[in-house]
Amino acid sequence: MNEETPLISAKGLSVHFGLGRKLFGEQKVVRAVENISLDIPKGSFFGLVGESGSGKTTFGRAILQAAPITNGSIAYNDGEVDYNIASLDKSDLKDYRKRAQLIFQDPYAALSPRMTVRDIIAEPLEVMGLTASRKETDKRVREMAAKCRLNLEHLRRFPHAFSGGQRQRISIARALVCQPKFLVADESVAALDVSIQADILNLLKSLTEEMGITFLFISHDLSVVAHICDHVAVMYLGRLVETAPTRELFAAPRHPYTKALLSAIPSLDPDYRGQAQKLEGEIPSPTNPPPGCKFQTRCPHAIDICRSEEPMLSQLGFEHDVACHRWEELFEDQAPAIVSAQVPEARPVPEPVPVPKPEPEPAAEEEPMAPKVLANELARLRRKTRIAITVSIIALLALPFACAL
Amino acid sequence: MSSSLIKVENLTLQFKTDEGLITAVDNVSFEVAPGEIMGLVGESGSGKSVTAKSLMQLNPGNAVYSPESRITLTTDGEDFDVLSLKTDRDLKVVRGGAVSMIFQEPMASFAPAITIGDQMVEQLLLHSDMNKKQARDHSIEMLERVGISDAPTRFGQYAFEFSGGMRQRAMIAMALSTKPKLLIADEPTTALDVTIQAQVIDLMKDLVAEFGMGILFITHDLGVIAQTADNVSVMYLGKLIETGSVRQVIRDPAHPYTQGLLHAIPKLEQLDVPLTPVPGDIPSPLDRPPGCVFHTRCSQMIEGRCDADIPTPTTLSEGHVASCFVAQYGPGGVAEASA
Amino acid sequence: MTDTASTALSDEAALAEQKRKEAYFTAGQLQLIWARFKRNRSAMVGGVVLLTLIGMGIFAPFLSPYDPTIAGRDKTYQNGAPQIPYFWDQNGFSLRPFVYSYTRERSAATNFRWVSKVDEDKRRYLELFVPGWEYHLMDLHLDLPGEAFDINIQVLKSNTHLFGVDQGQIHIFGTDGPGKDIFSRTLHAIYTSLAVGTIGVFIAFVLSLVIGGVSGYYGGWIDSVLQMITDSVRTVPAIPLFMALAAFVPDEWSAELRFLFISIILGLIGWPTLARRVRTHLLTERSQDYVLAAQLCGASPGHVIRKHLLPSFTSYIIVDLVISFPYMVLSETALSFIGLGLKDPVNSLGVMLQNVTKTDVLLNYHWYFIPVIFFMALVMAFVFVGDGLRDAADPYGERN
Repeated sequence: MNEETPLISAKGLSVHFGLGRKLFGEQKVVRAVENISLDIPKGSFFGLVGESGSGKTTFGRAILQAAPITNGSIAYNDGEVDYNIASLDKSDLKDYRKRAQLIFQDPYAALSPRMTVRDIIAEPLEVMGLTASRKETDKRVREMAAKCRLNLEHLRRFPHAFSGGQRQRISIARALVCQPKFLVADESVAALDVSIQADILNLLKSLTEEMGITFLFISHDLSVVAHICDHVAVMYLGRLVETAPTRELFAAPRHPYTKALLSAIPSLDPDYRGQAQKLEGEIPSPTNPPPGCKFQTRCPHAIDICRSEEPMLSQLGFEHDVACHRWEELFEDQAPAIVSAQVPEARPVPEPVPVPKPEPEPAAEEEPMAPKVLANELARLRRKTRIAITVSIIALLALPFACAL
Repeated sequence: MSSSLIKVENLTLQFKTDEGLITAVDNVSFEVAPGEIMGLVGESGSGKSVTAKSLMQLNPGNAVYSPESRITLTTDGEDFDVLSLKTDRDLKVVRGGAVSMIFQEPMASFAPAITIGDQMVEQLLLHSDMNKKQARDHSIEMLERVGISDAPTRFGQYAFEFSGGMRQRAMIAMALSTKPKLLIADEPTTALDVTIQAQVIDLMKDLVAEFGMGILFITHDLGVIAQTADNVSVMYLGKLIETGSVRQVIRDPAHPYTQGLLHAIPKLEQLDVPLTPVPGDIPSPLDRPPGCVFHTRCSQMIEGRCDADIPTPTTLSEGHVASCFVAQYGPGGVAEASA
Repeated sequence: MTDTASTALSDEAALAEQKRKEAYFTAGQLQLIWARFKRNRSAMVGGVVLLTLIGMGIFAPFLSPYDPTIAGRDKTYQNGAPQIPYFWDQNGFSLRPFVYSYTRERSAATNFRWVSKVDEDKRRYLELFVPGWEYHLMDLHLDLPGEAFDINIQVLKSNTHLFGVDQGQIHIFGTDGPGKDIFSRTLHAIYTSLAVGTIGVFIAFVLSLVIGGVSGYYGGWIDSVLQMITDSVRTVPAIPLFMALAAFVPDEWSAELRFLFISIILGLIGWPTLARRVRTHLLTERSQDYVLAAQLCGASPGHVIRKHLLPSFTSYIIVDLVISFPYMVLSETALSFIGLGLKDPVNSLGVMLQNVTKTDVLLNYHWYFIPVIFFMALVMAFVFVGDGLRDAADPYGERN
């Protein structure tokens, strides 16, 4: 019943990348995103789920105009402006950048290592000219940092002083400082430990509720998506296979891929073993997709029509769409796919302790990685080589003297 | 001669760095029996990878083991003290021979310019007395066994021609081709998609059943452990804080950290319960808290006890051991402290 | 239960520790590199040696007792052996170091070769801060084509030298054929080589930054075209090029002009290697997430280059510069040695070694090789410092 215009409305969106350059003959094309139509309602926390190769990252980037759009359109409408992202002129693009931002996956690569935290968070303000003076910039930076639980000492430091979770908070502060209306989180918690992940997710949820932001949460982790998103879309090999409100998707998934994804999640109940439906095979190559339904190579229910004709998204319920030829017959009477496991005896949950005031925390020391063993060897070899060269030069020069004597 | 395959006793490991002596592993003891899958769980900075590498002495040169540390490997009826082996020749027994290791990032574990087949054959030639043809046949057989179709062709391909899941399987094939007694898997499925992860886990369980070897499965994902392991040990900041069978630890966690971890995991069955992180940040290893290493973040901490004394492992029930005063004496209990 | 004194002490210690940690967190990239560099013993030793040699080169006129050109030669002591100052000999102890006088004679007995005889009774005492030949600390005369371009820079005229003797001359490293003091020549040679190296590296650096930078940042066809140009410059063979240039250079050009010319040419053929490194680095950094983050804010390419890309490879550039230096020095030496580079009276190691190929020298006048030791030290110092910098800048470098 949501009559409001959706914030983002993608229609028939395709993003294709050409591989290599051939003067003659066909160029290989990677169809990263193929013919996707979906709507992201205003104020929603929209989840986009898929495995590697599904095209979800490319879709997120295409919405931000960070990936080239081959076909289709994306409409952005936040009540103030109305843009078609696929064809934005320069000044509109500049304005759009203020309204839509991205949070990256890798907290270690997302921050410029030679800039202080204050400069990193201030950069969007300075580049977009949103503040009139340095004082104003500093004030806004400090406000944003406080919201993300970073204190003043942190602002003077460089990224190498922080742990993964803290760096992600800096990324979030940077993305939010220009007060965007739309945020894309591209696997933003995938690289974090589980308790830090929970912390960041709670932070994101509270900030977006407080600032009224619409969120596109891209992830491969269904349990995380289930907890924080209100609407979920599942992608496979660049196509949309199912989209539904969260509760409904997890209670009654209709597409065989969604069902397989759900059952592949390892359950915390040790006694629930061996009852999950296992998916065989691997995702096909995006340069050479199979004909018909892209999932037919791994689908246990594939029939002839699946191999020849690609299924369209059909609406099976309120806001619940699925792209499968056999959705009606397959899962009509099936019980919900979620593991109805024994919920572990609830132990008294300790009172959620108010987060202790963050002291200036140094970064957790990274465990030494395998490259260091190699680096040691290399350094030793270099030293030996240097010594050998020095000795041989001296020996060579001493030769004529020795002969003279 | 002990009944366990590998027995770690009082392992304490420190690294000499620019910032001082960093304790990475603090007095860790556990054992793995043949045919058992032991899970080693912890977040980043917990020291689990370092512990695993100690089993094969793979730590970098600035690692300092304490004199009480002992790692005993029992293979072919003989006991080896792994930490006393110094030369590479002696360590060959352990590395790749009796103990094999698979890593998180399979692309980084295969040499990019040598075919997969050549690497597998090299491993076999080093550790067994097969000739080249026998090694090749055995390797192809292993590739088929791990579910790689068209193994003879794949044998001659390079690492970049494999997909992520297949590379991981190839690594498992390579690790198992020498028929090790113990397989150390360091986050083998973290980099894989969830459907591929399920396949790889199944494969490992089948292979354990077939080869009768032990697996030390290191991960931060308790869900994977619940589905795979028989026993689990939880590490935090270099200390082993809880160990027990998978059912005991997951259904009845004794240590507040384990409880916190379990609560922080998003569960599909409890979509209404908000995610509760373990409060605070993990302290830097340079700043190890006195007393119990977890007390700075523990909501059930006993003032005066947990921040002063180091808890010793207490047996709570058969096989279930935790190092925690709260678990030992109950919340608030100080008076019952004996000895 | 707690001692106030010990708490005070531990508080102090904790404060100091906190300060140290804070310094580490707020340290910029260069400060971190310096901190790591300091811990590398061989690099620090190399650094000290390098700075000493550079100092010696810059203050060469002050440190050398005699004019290294033909004007300062000692006719009485040609091809003379090095004279080592003594403090003590059979005639007694002397606080002031001294050298022996010598007389020259030649006769039929010596095959009409001048032979020096040392006279141990006549001493020449060493003196400090001796007045001697006049010099300018920096003396640049360039007679470029066209009146307007002539450059004449002279800095700090003086005639004091660090040491000398009360009578006659002292030659610590001996003299060469015409009688020029090798010690003085060595010091000036260090200066010349360093100057050639500096100019060459500077030109190569500027060119490689621009070309490699544009190539790496824009990619695509610009990159392909520029790389083709880079590769073709790199394939130009050095020796035939210098032979052609040697023939082309008019004889009227002064030694200084020739020197400048050689430096520029060395720079012009040295830039492709650096450019390739800059380009590779930029290509990697360009696809980093933080660059994309900046672009998503609408940052212009100039802003991205200035604030993100350039700082990211400052450390690499410094390392590359330091490591290219010895190559320039060695190239110039080699070229001058075979006669294609600098010539007399300009002092450079290559020029000094031009006479070394005679058997006479090889058998009898071994002190001609002393400058080689200095140059080896210079090059090795550069190499050690460069290696140390590279290790310090490398985040995966080994730790002790």
